[in-house]
Amino acid sequence: MRWDIVYNNLDYLLWGSYPNGPLGGICASIMLAVLGIFGAFWLGLVFGLMRLSKSRILRGLAMVYVEVIRGTPLLMLIFWFYFLGPVIFDYNLPEFQSALLAFVVFTGAYVAEIVRAGVNALPGGQMEAARGAGLTRFQAMRYVILPQALRNMIPSFVNQFVSLTKDTSLAYIIGVNELTKAATQINNREVVAPAEIFMAIAVLYFIICWALTAFSRRMERHVARYQARGR
Amino acid sequence: MGYQFDWSLVLTGEYRDWLLDGFYLTLKISAVAGGCAMALGTLVAVLRLSRVKPLMWLSLAFTEFFRNTPLLVQIFFWYFGSEVLLPKSVNEWLYSMDFEFAAGTLALTVYSSAFIAEELRSGVFSIPKNQLEASRATGLSFLQAYRFVILPQAFRIVIPPLISQLLNLLKNSSLVMTIGVMELTYQARQVESFTFHGFESFTVATLMYLAVSLLVSFAITMYNKHFLHHLRY
Amino acid sequence: MAFIEINGLHKWFGSFHVLRGITEQVERGEVLVICGPSGSGKSTLIRCLNRLEEYQKGTVHFDGQDIHARGLDVNSLRAEIGIVFQQFNLYPHLTVLKNITLAPIKVRGTVRAEAEETALALLERVGIHDQAHKYPAELSGGQQQRVAIARALAMKPKALLFDEPTSALDPEMINEVLNVMKDLARDGMTMLCVTHEMGFAREVADRVIFMDAGEVVEQGPPSEFFTNPKHERTRMFLKEIL
Repeated sequence: MRWDIVYNNLDYLLWGSYPNGPLGGICASIMLAVLGIFGAFWLGLVFGLMRLSKSRILRGLAMVYVEVIRGTPLLMLIFWFYFLGPVIFDYNLPEFQSALLAFVVFTGAYVAEIVRAGVNALPGGQMEAARGAGLTRFQAMRYVILPQALRNMIPSFVNQFVSLTKDTSLAYIIGVNELTKAATQINNREVVAPAEIFMAIAVLYFIICWALTAFSRRMERHVARYQARGR
Repeated sequence: MGYQFDWSLVLTGEYRDWLLDGFYLTLKISAVAGGCAMALGTLVAVLRLSRVKPLMWLSLAFTEFFRNTPLLVQIFFWYFGSEVLLPKSVNEWLYSMDFEFAAGTLALTVYSSAFIAEELRSGVFSIPKNQLEASRATGLSFLQAYRFVILPQAFRIVIPPLISQLLNLLKNSSLVMTIGVMELTYQARQVESFTFHGFESFTVATLMYLAVSLLVSFAITMYNKHFLHHLRY
Repeated sequence: MAFIEINGLHKWFGSFHVLRGITEQVERGEVLVICGPSGSGKSTLIRCLNRLEEYQKGTVHFDGQDIHARGLDVNSLRAEIGIVFQQFNLYPHLTVLKNITLAPIKVRGTVRAEAEETALALLERVGIHDQAHKYPAELSGGQQQRVAIARALAMKPKALLFDEPTSALDPEMINEVLNVMKDLARDGMTMLCVTHEMGFAREVADRVIFMDAGEVVEQGPPSEFFTNPKHERTRMFLKEIL
């Protein structure tokens, strides 16, 4: 086994050619995931609340978004934004931004479902109590429902973030400089140690994802203590 | 917008056949990997529930590792790494077959089985403990209690999440295009680069994925409505 | 030797000493009511009798048989002693009829037709023969508990254990379950009931046992137990629940 190849290229796997070149490696992967989950949170919140709204049109729109995105492979979506966006809408985005956009739109649909489920999981008495005290539906949402629901959703958000971190590897396919691309570059150059190289980056991904998963499991236990319960 | 639509290009002739071939291969690799993943996932879940410490650890390590690493990396690992990892004779046999398809199936199987094992385990765990107690109290043996009381309930609970895992598998199968399996996404990309009419080919491919997904999730919703209503404790 | 003979029974949950040397005898056909504050070990005691809980010290003999004897099949022991739980614990995926016939068919090897006939007769006896093909979730709590009693009876047990059978029920349903239990008592079933239904105890119990902190504090026939309790702890307890 040629673990020395992994060792000699470790800096490239961790941060690419930075500071002499662009940031790459796992740092770029994490950056994609963090920016992606941030955008997806707001997009998902909007669509999640739309699905809970009283307007049929808003509900329908949100449902179409969620169902279409969740029924489509992420890779397909990445191609849509990368190959077709520029042709149809005549813009030109670099690979990184294009992939990021796909991640936001993709993850947003899953976040919307988390938001909807989180709000629905609260006992109905919470909304009634808030409305009974004279709050409008919007105020009740803003000050009573969402603060509770969002806190309960934290573990699901973390799980979604873990998924996204793994999914950032797909950005390699359109040529974004991140961990998986760094690995394939090294593999093409060195040839003799594919198992070692891919095992090494699997471990890198694993460390991040597993630590986050463990964190989210702890949060889940923690959150359970503060939940308002039906009956 | 300077793009000229030409739907006939992808709805007739050679390019339509490419897409249909791709769709067929997508369904095929999903079905093969899905079947294998069910078997492997059940085995891993049984190990986890076995109460034998080393087996439990093995199963835990398996699910945690494969769930927390990207599928794409696993695909590359099996595809590029098998040459080093497997004995020469096995490799030659694999090359004489359809090597890309085999590596892709293996990766999809292992990845999906880790998720399936988790669903099965949590399905069994979600059955309240007093169900086991109540059945043991009437004299049923441990195996009988599992066979007639615990598993039938777990099975009903677990079907919807299992099916959505299989749908995930279908969508994930798009990644094997990276190692040259000519499934739907690969073919859509091919049509795009041959004709520069990506919009049409990607639309058709997307609709094919969507059709399967929507049909199946509709079926799950119906199932939940009709079969899970009396499963309350 | 008595029908059920408990001798010097000790049990620990970790370092918590739940049962501190229980010695009791129950005769065939006797109805015994066990009461006491929560945490006194009364549920644990009856759950030891069919080995849903294991005990660390002492012996239990059931119908002359040491229930911890080497080579004794715990499943056939349990088939002889029925138990009714506080939370009913019916199988939600099976109809009422199947809930009742499962164990007779699988454990006793009874043929289905016969098991179903028995089950219907038992449902008749507990007053809900018209619900045989419903699922548990479609029944009221009182009805579910009566199904649970029928399920226990279907094994033709030699004794029945009741673990707070009415505690999870709404008040208006308690009597329908107690009436079934009273009928059983009059028919000569050996019963050990953990319950706080003192009216039931007065009417049908042969003996009442008061437990506190893992010990039997006081026992006697209901006439004496209720009118003339000897121990301070018993008096306090009775004052609180009556």
